[in-house]
Amino acid sequence: MPRLVSHPDEVKIISRRFGQGAAEIDRYIELDGYKAAQAAIEKGPEWIIAEMKASGLRGRGGAGFPTGMKWSFVPKQSEKPKYVLVNGDESEPGTCKDHLIFLHDPHAVIEGTLIAGLAIGAKMGFIYLRGEYRYLLKIMEKAVADAYAKGFLGKNIFGSGIDFEVVTQTGAGAYEVGEESALMESLEGKRGVPRIKPPFPAVVGLYGGPTVINNAETIATAPHILLMGGEAYAKVGTERNGGTRLFGISGHVERPGVYELPMGFNLKRAIYEVAGGIPGGKKLKAVVPGGSSTPVLLPEEIDVGLDFDQMAKAGTMLGSGGVVVIDESVCMVEFALRTIKFYQHESCGWCIPCREGTDWLKKSITRLHAGGAVDKDIDNIRYLAENMMGRTFCPLGDAAAMPTIGFVKKFRHEFEEHLNGKGCPYEHQREAVLV
Amino acid sequence: MADVTFTVDGKKLTAPAGTLLIDACRKAGIEIPAFCYYPGLSLQAACRMCVVRLEKVPKLQTACTTPVAEGMVVTTESDEIKQSRKAILELLLGNHPLDCPVCDAGGECELQDMTFKYGAAESKYVEIKQHREEQQWSPVVFFDRPRCILCYRCVRVCGEGMDVWALGVQNRGVSSVISPNGEDHLDCEECGMCIDICPVGALTSGTYRYKTRPWEMNHVATVCTHCGDGCKTTLGVRSVDDGSEIIRGDNRDKSGMNGDFLCIKGRYAFDFTTREDRITKPLVRQPNGQLAEVSWEQALEHAGMKLREIRDTRGGSAIGVIGSTRTTNEEAYLLQKFARTVLNTNNIDHHRTADYASFAAALQGKAGRTASLRDFLTAPAILLLGNDATEQHPALAWNIRSNVRQNRARLYVANHADIKLHRQAKSFLQIPQDGYAALVQYLAGNEAGFDGTEISAAFREALRKEESLVIAFGSEFRGRDIQSLVDFGLGLPNVKFAALGDYANSRGAADMGLMPDLLPGYVPLAAAKHFGEEYPSLPSAPGLDMLQMFDAAEAGNLGALYVVGSNPVERYGIDPTALKNTFLIVQDMFMTETAAVADVIFPAANLYEKSGTVTNTYGDLQLAKKAADKAGVRTDFELIVRLADKMGADPKKLVPFGRGVRADMGQTRGAQSGEADRHAVWLAANNLEPKLSPFDPFAVFDEIQRLVPSYNVSRFELLGGQDKQTRSDLVQIELDPARRDLVLPANDTLFTSGTLGRYSRMLHSVMESRTTKPAETAAD
Ligand code: SF4
Ligand code: SF4
Ligand code: SF4
Ligand code: FES
Repeated sequence: MPRLVSHPDEVKIISRRFGQGAAEIDRYIELDGYKAAQAAIEKGPEWIIAEMKASGLRGRGGAGFPTGMKWSFVPKQSEKPKYVLVNGDESEPGTCKDHLIFLHDPHAVIEGTLIAGLAIGAKMGFIYLRGEYRYLLKIMEKAVADAYAKGFLGKNIFGSGIDFEVVTQTGAGAYEVGEESALMESLEGKRGVPRIKPPFPAVVGLYGGPTVINNAETIATAPHILLMGGEAYAKVGTERNGGTRLFGISGHVERPGVYELPMGFNLKRAIYEVAGGIPGGKKLKAVVPGGSSTPVLLPEEIDVGLDFDQMAKAGTMLGSGGVVVIDESVCMVEFALRTIKFYQHESCGWCIPCREGTDWLKKSITRLHAGGAVDKDIDNIRYLAENMMGRTFCPLGDAAAMPTIGFVKKFRHEFEEHLNGKGCPYEHQREAVLV
Repeated sequence: MADVTFTVDGKKLTAPAGTLLIDACRKAGIEIPAFCYYPGLSLQAACRMCVVRLEKVPKLQTACTTPVAEGMVVTTESDEIKQSRKAILELLLGNHPLDCPVCDAGGECELQDMTFKYGAAESKYVEIKQHREEQQWSPVVFFDRPRCILCYRCVRVCGEGMDVWALGVQNRGVSSVISPNGEDHLDCEECGMCIDICPVGALTSGTYRYKTRPWEMNHVATVCTHCGDGCKTTLGVRSVDDGSEIIRGDNRDKSGMNGDFLCIKGRYAFDFTTREDRITKPLVRQPNGQLAEVSWEQALEHAGMKLREIRDTRGGSAIGVIGSTRTTNEEAYLLQKFARTVLNTNNIDHHRTADYASFAAALQGKAGRTASLRDFLTAPAILLLGNDATEQHPALAWNIRSNVRQNRARLYVANHADIKLHRQAKSFLQIPQDGYAALVQYLAGNEAGFDGTEISAAFREALRKEESLVIAFGSEFRGRDIQSLVDFGLGLPNVKFAALGDYANSRGAADMGLMPDLLPGYVPLAAAKHFGEEYPSLPSAPGLDMLQMFDAAEAGNLGALYVVGSNPVERYGIDPTALKNTFLIVQDMFMTETAAVADVIFPAANLYEKSGTVTNTYGDLQLAKKAADKAGVRTDFELIVRLADKMGADPKKLVPFGRGVRADMGQTRGAQSGEADRHAVWLAANNLEPKLSPFDPFAVFDEIQRLVPSYNVSRFELLGGQDKQTRSDLVQIELDPARRDLVLPANDTLFTSGTLGRYSRMLHSVMESRTTKPAETAAD
C-alpha cells in the first residue's frame, strides 16, 4: 500500500483530505464535504455542466476526454433510466491513485457520483472497484451506508425531493474491464469483453440506458471544482489541461509515491525534485510516463510538461499518471517482456490481433531474452506490434503494441545484445524490476 | 430508410441508410473477407478481416460494423488493407495445426480460402503450437480446439438462432476456448448448426468426420424425408460397391425455405439408408409359413396373379390399399390411380396426421390464403395454435425465431403446454388441452365455453389489431374447428393459414387422393366427371378408410391389402392375426411389424433414392432428386407399374408415357438419375423431354398438373430447385359432415421420426446420450 508522501511543489486539491480521517462522514462534512452536492441541487444541471466545462477537466482514466462535454452528451429525455458509472477498475501497471481516493476520501467519490447524476438526470450510480481492491470495498460500503443514513443518498436527498441511489460492485480481476464498455458488460454480469461502438455509453450504456462513465479520480474531482469554481480550477493547470492530477511516481526514485501536481508540471522536475531523484547515484535509463501502455522516454526526452498535449508532442501519452522511473541496472528487454506478459495475460481474447498478437509477442520476447533469437526476430517483434496497432477491437491491443514498438525503437541495441545465444547481459547484476 | 449514395473502390453504390457496409458491398459483388460476420447473427467485430479504409478516418474500419452513409468513400483493397489481413492470417496460422490433409473442412475451409487469397507463406514463429486433444461433446458434435479461430459463429447460431444457448466461451485471452455450457457435454437440440456454420474444421460431426474429402462426393440438392416442413437439403454421396451412399446432409446453397437451417433429422438421420438389415431381395411367404428370397420376376408374378384373382373373384371392394406419407406425389397419385383403375377399389387410405381435407374445404375459392413456410420468416405477426413446433416442425420454429429476432415479428402462442416458443412470444396463452375449439370461439368474440382472463382478453385484443397475420395450427384442430378458425381468421384484415401435419409428404398424400372418398385435389367421387378419361372404370361409392379396412380384414372381408411405405400394424396397434385371411403385400425398406406378417415383401427405395415431387405441410411443392442408390431395391413408382403390368393392365393407361414413342421398359433407373443438367431442366420444364419410360415420374406429374389445378405451378422454377406454393383456392369440395377425420398425430420429437426414425442409429445414440429422454414414439 503506497504511503502518503508530500512535497511543497504539490497543489493539493483532490488530495486535500488525504490523511485527515475523511473516510468518516462527519469529518468529511467538517472538511466541506457534501457542500458541493447541495450547491449542485440548488443551482441545477446547467450550472454543473457549465462549471465542469469551464474547469477544463479532462478524463483522468487516460484518454483525456473533456468531462463537462461528456456529461452534456447525455440526452435529456430517455425512455430507459440513465446511470452514472464510476470506473474504479484501476489496473494500469504503475498506477495507484484511485486507490488512495477510495482509502482516504471515499465520500468524494460518492459526492462526485451524485453531482454527475444531478447533471445528467440519473437516479442511480454505480461505483465499480477492481477485483483486487476488494479490501477497499468495506470502506466504500461503509461510506455509502453513512451517506444513506444521513439522507444524502436514497429518497429525497437533502430534503430536495430528488432520489439518488448508489451501489458498489467489484470486478473479478480483469484489466480489460477498465475499458468502459467491458466494464458495463462485467457490471451486468457478463464476460468482460468490450462492446461495439457506436453506440457510445452516453446514448446506450449500462442496461441499455444512457450512461456517464468516468474514472474515479475524475468523479472525485467534481465536488472540488464546484466548490472552488470551474475557472479557478482551470487556472491551476495549463491551457486546455485544467487543474491538477495525481501522479504515481514509482521505480528507481528516492521518494516513490502519489503526488498531486498541476497539469503541465515538468516531468524531469517531478522525478528529480518531487520524487527525490535516482537513488544510489545510478544513471537514469528510461521513463515510462503514464502507465505501462505509454511509449517509453529516454533521459534526454523528459524535459517536458505533464499534460495531455505536451506529452503527445513528445511522442508518448500522459496516460494514467503512473510514472515509472528506470535506472541503468534494468534490462530493457526484460522490461519489455514484463510489460507484454501483463498484456498477454490480460487480453480478453475477443479479437484476433490482440489475442494472438500479445501471445506471439510474449513468446518471441521470452525467447529473445533467453538468447534464442536471431537478428530478424527483432524485426518480427516490431512487425507484429506494428500490425496490431490500430487493428484491434479495443485499445488494449494498442496498449500492448505501443510500448513494445517504443522499446524496440529506442533500445534496439539492447535487444541485439541478447541475440545468437548470448542471453541477458544484466542477469548477473539484476535487481528486481519494479513495475 | 432513405437511400444513400457512396463510393466503393471507385464505384458509386446506393443502399438504404444504415445498411452495413459489408452487406452493401456484397450485394454489389464486392466481396469483403469475414470470419466473424454472419448475416442474421449479432455483430462481433472480432476477426478484423473485413477492414477497409474510409476516407478521412484515421484508422482502418471494420466493414461489418460500419453503416453506409451519404458520400462515404471506401477502399476495400489496397496494399495496406492486404497487409492487415495477411497479418491476421499469419497470427491465426501461427497456432493452427495445419492438418488440412486430414481435416474434414479441407477444401471447404474459409481459412484455407483466405490464405489462398492473401497469402501467409512465411512462418514467423518457431514456438510450439498449442495442442489440445479433440473432444466429443455429444454423438453429433466433436470439437478440435486447435483448429478453432474463435469467430463465435457457433456460439451465436446456437444461442441467437436456435435459442438453445448450449455453447459459450471459457477463459480469456489466448486461453479463450469454445466450450459447452454444460461443462464437457451437450444436452442440446443436436441440430448441427454450429458445425455447419464453423468456417474451419473445429466443429465436426459424428456422422461425417474423417469419412471423405469433400471433392470426392457428389452433391445432390433434394428434400428432407422426415417432418412435414420439407427442408431443402444437399446430400453428399459417394459410390460404394452396392450403389452410392449418403455421407453427409447439409445445406450448402441455403436457397431453400429453411434458409440456413436443418435439424438433426435432416442433417444426420439419413443413416437408415445404409443399414445392413435393409431388405434388398423380394421375399415371398412359402407354404411352410416362412419368408424366402425369390427373384423379382417370381415375386411380382405371384403378387400380380393373386391381386388379379381376388379382384376378379371377389371384386375390387375386397382389396385395400394403404399409402405412405413419405413417398413422392407421383407415387401417391399413381398408387391411388392403380387402386381405382386397376384394382377397382376406393379402399384407399394413409396415416393422416392433419385434417387437410377440412382445411381444403374451408379455404376453397379463397386465393392467397395459405402460408408458405417462407411466410413465417417475413410475416409481421404470427399466431401459433397448438403444436410444439420446436419438436414437431423445427424449421418452422427456426423461421419464427429468426423473424422475431430480425424483424421483431409479434408471435402469439396458445397452447395447452408451456412450449419453448413461449420464449419468443409477445403473448402466450395457456389453455386446457381440450380448449382449442372454445379458444377459437372466444377469439371470434363468443365468450361462452371459455374461461376468459385479463391475459386472454389482452391476447385477443392484440390479435385483432394485427393488420397482417399468419396462423399456424396443429392437429388439435380438425373438421369443424378448422372451419371456425378459418372463419375467424378471414374476419381479420389479411390472414394466411397453415395446417401442421407430420411427415415429408403427409400433405401430398392427402392432396393426391390417398383417401377413400376423395380423388386427387380433394375432388369428391361424385364430382369426378373431369377424371373420366384417365379413370375410365372409377368405382363410384366411397371405399373403406384405414380403420374400416382392418375391421373388414378381421371379419374376413378383405381378400388383399397392399401397403406401400407404411406400418399400420404398429401405428394403429392392429393385432396381426386380424390379417391372417388377407393376402398382404408390403413395400418397405425394413422388416417392420407390418412387413413381418406379409405374404410378399418388395424391397423399396426411400425418398433419397428417387426423384419426384413432394409437398410440405404448407403446400410448398418441391423437387426431390435421386441422391443415393442401393442395389436390390426399387422405387415404389416402378413397383406399382410392374404390378399393374403383371395384372395385365396397360401401363400406358396408368402412366401416360411415350406419347406415341415406343418406350423400352428396360431403361428404367437411368430415367431418374440424380442432378439433371440445365439443358435437361429446360427441356423438362417446357415439357419437351420425351417421357420414354413408364417409370418416369414426370409422365405422371403431367397428369397431376392436368387434373389437379392447384398443382399447376411453374415447372421451370420447380425443376430449378425452387419451392412453389400450390393453390388451395382452386379446390372444389363439399365435405360430408359425418366424415371421420381419422387424424392420428405422430407426436414425434426432435429425435424421433416414426418407423423411419427407429432405423436411424444416429437418432438412437442421441437419445441414449441424453440426460432427459423424450418419450419414444412408434410407427409409420
Ligand atoms: S448442435 Fe445445435 S443446439 Fe447443439 S450446440 Fe450445436 S448449435 Fe447448439
Ligand atoms: S468452433 Fe468454429 S464456429 Fe466456433 S468459434 Fe471456433 S472457428 Fe468459430
Ligand atoms: S425440420 Fe423437418 S424437414 Fe427440416 S430437416 Fe428437420 S426433419 Fe427435415
Ligand atoms: S467480419 Fe468484421 S471483424 Fe470479423
